[in-house]
Amino acid sequence: MELFWQQILAGIATGAIYACMALAVVMIYQAIDHLNFAQGEMAMFSTFIAFQLMLWGLPYWVAFLITLVVSFIGGVLVDRVIFKPIHDAPILSHVVVFIALLAILNSTAGFIWDFTVKSFPSPFGSAPLFGSSLISAHQAGMISVTLLLLVFLFVFFRYTRIGLSMRAAAANPASARLVGVRVGWMNALGWGMAAAIGAIAGILIAPVVFLEPNMMISILLYGFAGAVLGGLTSPAGAVLGGFMVGVVENLAGTFIPVIGGELKLPIALMLIVAVLVFKPSGLMGRTVVQRV
Amino acid sequence: MAVPVESTLSSTASDAVAAAEMPRSVRRGGSIAMVSGILFVAIAIAIPLLFKNFVVFQFTQMLVYAIAILGLNLLTGFNGQFSLGHSAFYALGAYTAAILMDQYSVSYIWTLPAAGIVCFVAGFLFGLPALRLEGIYLALATFALAIATPQILKLSPLEHWTGGVQGIVIIKPDPPPGVPLNQDQWLYYFTLAVALLLYILARNLVKSRSGRALMAIRDNPIAARSMGVNLALYKSLAFGTSALYTGIAGALGAIIVQFVAPDSFTIVLSIAFLVGLVVGGVGWLPGAIFGGAFVLFVPNIAEGVSKGLSGAVYGIILILLIYLMPTGAAGFVRAVLSRVSRVRS
Repeated sequence: MELFWQQILAGIATGAIYACMALAVVMIYQAIDHLNFAQGEMAMFSTFIAFQLMLWGLPYWVAFLITLVVSFIGGVLVDRVIFKPIHDAPILSHVVVFIALLAILNSTAGFIWDFTVKSFPSPFGSAPLFGSSLISAHQAGMISVTLLLLVFLFVFFRYTRIGLSMRAAAANPASARLVGVRVGWMNALGWGMAAAIGAIAGILIAPVVFLEPNMMISILLYGFAGAVLGGLTSPAGAVLGGFMVGVVENLAGTFIPVIGGELKLPIALMLIVAVLVFKPSGLMGRTVVQRV
Repeated sequence: MAVPVESTLSSTASDAVAAAEMPRSVRRGGSIAMVSGILFVAIAIAIPLLFKNFVVFQFTQMLVYAIAILGLNLLTGFNGQFSLGHSAFYALGAYTAAILMDQYSVSYIWTLPAAGIVCFVAGFLFGLPALRLEGIYLALATFALAIATPQILKLSPLEHWTGGVQGIVIIKPDPPPGVPLNQDQWLYYFTLAVALLLYILARNLVKSRSGRALMAIRDNPIAARSMGVNLALYKSLAFGTSALYTGIAGALGAIIVQFVAPDSFTIVLSIAFLVGLVVGGVGWLPGAIFGGAFVLFVPNIAEGVSKGLSGAVYGIILILLIYLMPTGAAGFVRAVLSRVSRVRS
């Protein structure tokens, strides 16, 4: 039984990583209506920028803030330069451009910073929390930052005018434009915010998984899974989904014999699919009634 | 089902409709299509006589990818179902062929129908639970399939058949006695014949009553159902047929590469099919050949431009292509055809 609780806690700790990523995924989904396959690579690239700034001798929090700003601008630029010209193209063409963006960012990061594994500092320190070996101070810090971000986003989308405009632009671009929302810039803003949240996720994740160009690929998969499980329309659902994926993955790896270790990811995904078969719009997502 | 998913899918759909209706909207398009078809076959037949063995092998591989993309197109382009799991069906076909040849010494020709049937059944069965999932959720489910496949192939209980991580090595088939071709040339013609046959079947399927049912489901499932189309049956059948095509491609791929191993069938392969589908044109069958060419040759070109930045070069080529042809080769060909017919009239 003790093993069970231990695995749950460990799952929550890894789940925090996925929750962070899932939050970024849902953010961009709210802004542009698509799942962004390059999200993980954008976060990775931002983390490398922070790494480079610290290498140049800037203190942690200065580097952190500059990275956020740079990522935000980068996200806006990606939207304006790459996606605006093709906004009429079908969705599958967009998906392919996401894949292209992924390849470009991955290859460029590898070219500039090479593929060796680098360690990344943590602002919370890596000592165990309250002397317990189950969860480290950094993991606790990561969970708190994820929850803080969630509250911030909730307030932003719920109570600010610009948050409302962004939701309107994503949900119904034509009507939003009619009431005076600048849909194009709302999309760009969404990209910028998603990039910045991705940067926070990357910087928080890097001390745990270490920094290298491929660090985000599997995390993004879990992040997607968490976002879809929780419901793509709900940031809180995404965070919950991320934590659940972490826990399920850990429990499956520990308690399902023989295949457990090797098939951790597929089993987690299969369980999620099973949940989706019964709740097709995720645990906390809105079910939208289709109009005929 | 969420509104955004629905609206995004219908935009693919309307685009695909335009592509599918292309020959009808351009009246002379029929003869142009005929001429270009004959031209294509003539060039395809001439290729082994003009190039060295390795290039012939590459063209064979291109045809194999084209068949797989054709299968994906039947599902995504004509039935509106998303799949990131086609590497799984490709792997299933490849392993079926390899195991039959390796353990039961079945002739390579008979492995193709076997792989097709096995994959049809697998695809049909997978299609059943997938019925409840649409858009992004279906993408996630198929994605899980693609992720699981290499891991399942590596499992120790199956090692006796699959050879585990080592995979299976098979022997390259000889041309039938009396045919004055070398192995590569023979396999090329063999693959070409299979590809043409499957293409004609796919074209006929799309033009048939069942094909119209598939497209009706893609364009408006509720309307299709109210007109008496059995949604569950047709969607599962579409999954099965699509898997059948991809499985045959996998079997051919195993025969020409003479080797199967779990790590050749990762999610990267599924993504390559998806990229090939979009580059060729969603909902336009001849696009498969453009897609196959892209999947095979562009990564090599990118590697040639810059070793260190090959991924970036690949991405830039891909983005430029989408800029120039947002709806893939289909849209490009359509634009050229309408230009031609305007000049003529």
